[in-house]
Amino acid sequence: MPRAAARVLLLPIGLAALWGFWEGYRWLGIREHWTWPFTVNDTNMPHLSTIWHAFGQPLQPDGPPLRHYLWHYSLFTGKEALAGFALGAMIGFLLAVVLAHSTVLRRGFLPYIVVSQTVPILAIAPMVVVGLGTKGVKPWVAVAVIAAYLTFFPVAINTLRGLHSPDPRSLELMRSYAAGRWKILWRLRVPASLPYVFSALKISATASVIGAIIGETPASLQGGLGYAIVNFNQYYSTQPANLWATIVACALLGITFFLAVVLLERLVLKRAPENIA
Amino acid sequence: MSAVSLKGVTKQFSAGVVALDGIDLDVEPGEFVSLIGPSGYGKSTLLRIIGDLTKPTAGTAQVNGKPADRARRDHEYGIVFQDAVLYDWRTVAKNISLPLELLRWSRGRRNARVKDMLELVELTGFEGHHPWQLSGGMQQRVSIARALSFSPTLLLMDEPFGALDEMTRERLNSELLRIWQETSSTVVFVTHSIPEAVFLSTRVVVMSARPGRVAGVVDVDLPQPRTSTTREEPRFFELVTQVREQLAAAGAPLGETQEPALVEEPL
Amino acid sequence: MNTIVQPMPRSVGRQIGRTALDWFPALAVFAIGIGAWQGLVTAFHVQEFLLPRPTSIAHAFWMQKSALWSEGIYTFKEALGGYALGSGLGIAVALVFAAWRPLAGAFMPYAVAANAIPIIAFAPIMNNWFGLLNPFSKMAIAAVLCFFPVMINTLRGLTSVHPSSIELMQSYAAGRLSLFRRVRIPNSLPYMFTGLKVATVLSMIGAIVGEYFGGPIHALGVKILNDSSYGNFTDAWAGIVMASLLGIVFYAVVALAERLTTSWHPSARAFQTE
Repeated sequence: MPRAAARVLLLPIGLAALWGFWEGYRWLGIREHWTWPFTVNDTNMPHLSTIWHAFGQPLQPDGPPLRHYLWHYSLFTGKEALAGFALGAMIGFLLAVVLAHSTVLRRGFLPYIVVSQTVPILAIAPMVVVGLGTKGVKPWVAVAVIAAYLTFFPVAINTLRGLHSPDPRSLELMRSYAAGRWKILWRLRVPASLPYVFSALKISATASVIGAIIGETPASLQGGLGYAIVNFNQYYSTQPANLWATIVACALLGITFFLAVVLLERLVLKRAPENIA
Repeated sequence: MSAVSLKGVTKQFSAGVVALDGIDLDVEPGEFVSLIGPSGYGKSTLLRIIGDLTKPTAGTAQVNGKPADRARRDHEYGIVFQDAVLYDWRTVAKNISLPLELLRWSRGRRNARVKDMLELVELTGFEGHHPWQLSGGMQQRVSIARALSFSPTLLLMDEPFGALDEMTRERLNSELLRIWQETSSTVVFVTHSIPEAVFLSTRVVVMSARPGRVAGVVDVDLPQPRTSTTREEPRFFELVTQVREQLAAAGAPLGETQEPALVEEPL
Repeated sequence: MNTIVQPMPRSVGRQIGRTALDWFPALAVFAIGIGAWQGLVTAFHVQEFLLPRPTSIAHAFWMQKSALWSEGIYTFKEALGGYALGSGLGIAVALVFAAWRPLAGAFMPYAVAANAIPIIAFAPIMNNWFGLLNPFSKMAIAAVLCFFPVMINTLRGLTSVHPSSIELMQSYAAGRLSLFRRVRIPNSLPYMFTGLKVATVLSMIGAIVGEYFGGPIHALGVKILNDSSYGNFTDAWAGIVMASLLGIVFYAVVALAERLTTSWHPSARAFQTE
């Protein structure tokens, strides 16, 4: 299939183009002393090769290389994100099922579900972590809760839309079979809603990773990518490559989550997922 | 000079399906020709070849003596689809004036013509309505008004009344005949309905499918103007039977099904 | 002529009455929710610093309202700037992709993957590039967050045109530009607004969380963070209320613009019957 082949080819070409653009901009910016939009120098734009090498450099003398740390940080953050993702997806789904069956409840709660996303949950993060901490909850669980909060909204909204998507004729058909609400739910509405659910899960995959990373930062949770960002940010002027390397690790984590959901979608829906989110 | 002249028109799709095989057809100005036949990709494709919306694999199509693509660029025809294809964000008046805007008519001229068109399709007073506020039959009338707004001599219609109920359909048939006579245009009309084809046309072209060929032609000698009583005349039934028998001979199954739309990706 | 015409839009009075009835359950939930919060916190003597009472938050909000307002507006401007930049770029790219489909097919998977990257992680870099106190560092984050949803939704709107519509324009020998202007763009408006509404929320979040990694003291995100760090949760909650209010207003303004420009769209009408 030529189209798939073209896409696979595009990846190294794309990366090469990105590399060229970066190095080109950097070279030109240093030569011409650009200060707008930002000053181009070694600190602001290290060589991509420097960033690449940073993965292999030890952080402390005789210590393990950076990539060792980043790997463990990624696992730590990934665990929180996964827990939050699963929890948020379940809650979102169940909430949608309940709301789909009651117009009153839907009118009552839907505005708040929408409004809940305008609340910068990430700013409540420290309170959540500290508050739950005094109740004996481990900090990572609190972060997972934050990730869950960011996950449940797209899932709830999309599931609701999906549960309502079957056209009235399909519903009438089910009723003609004397199918009760339960049966209609499981045999018609839920299968019909799956494409919508996966569309939301793809968004949530990224959101839960973001939630986990940011959630770690206020509590300065040792051991996660959020901590690494804060830490390396402090030493940015001396070791810029470390922060960049951490960002690469974050990107890889986000993309991995996303691809995992795409794979799951392909298995469950047995067809090529839409390219569009 | 014929209004439409098809010589050896053949259309083969990439999947190997031969939709049309060597169609020869001449439509004289002022005729009302129906294309009827079993489901397949033939009739609609033929209409689109006439309108230069798709190209034949072989053969030539001419409209008003010009090659079909020139005719399209010269705006020699108007087209009406089964779906009214009206734009929700435009009022009825603005929907009708769409082709006129593309032809860069002045506003005054456009408004005058829109008014005339609304009178023609008997929708005066609905200028400011939006498509969703109209019934299916009314939407199709707007679609017809739009197709005729720039006074093309040829009108191509692809099962325009297929989605409407029988009563609305019969009423619109009469209206279409009136419009045809008032505008002295030529009409090529694709349909699945035998009574509709006989009632409307001066000539019914029966097509076979797979591959699409002209299986037979029935000249409809019913007097004009035709009214609802025309449908009750013995001659009408004779002609309907004639067409039905030709269709059966052409291999039509009993009862029609919806012809699938095969649209090649343009632009 | 006996014709069936759907009724013209209802009178304004009846519309308002109907809308009020629609909103009653939501208001009821709000009242019950706030009441429960207040009641439970008081009854269980939950420590003020953990979960303040609504009344305390309201009091703190009122006491600091002018400061909260100026801080909120500062942050809102960052969000707005990023919104304008990101959405504008998103619409422009969508237009380009709609005009040159092969380009879209080639780039889409990578755009989707790029969207899976936690953009927020770039906040410290932005601060380093543009300066901690420069609002542009936060605008950049907000812009990147807004870009994708707007681009994706606008593109979907530009390309989901009925094939018959394209044939119709072909029959008029209308050029591609005409097709764009008269069909694709109006068709895309409802979709575009879906993206624009989502982007309002994202831009606020981007601005506030961006400030989270450092910013001037008179910014809302910084204030909330500082209050949290010092344990002044009541004040922090007041800041969050401010942020939410601004976010809701922003969303509502865009929703209003949507209503005004796309009143012809089925979804605007369907809302009345839901």
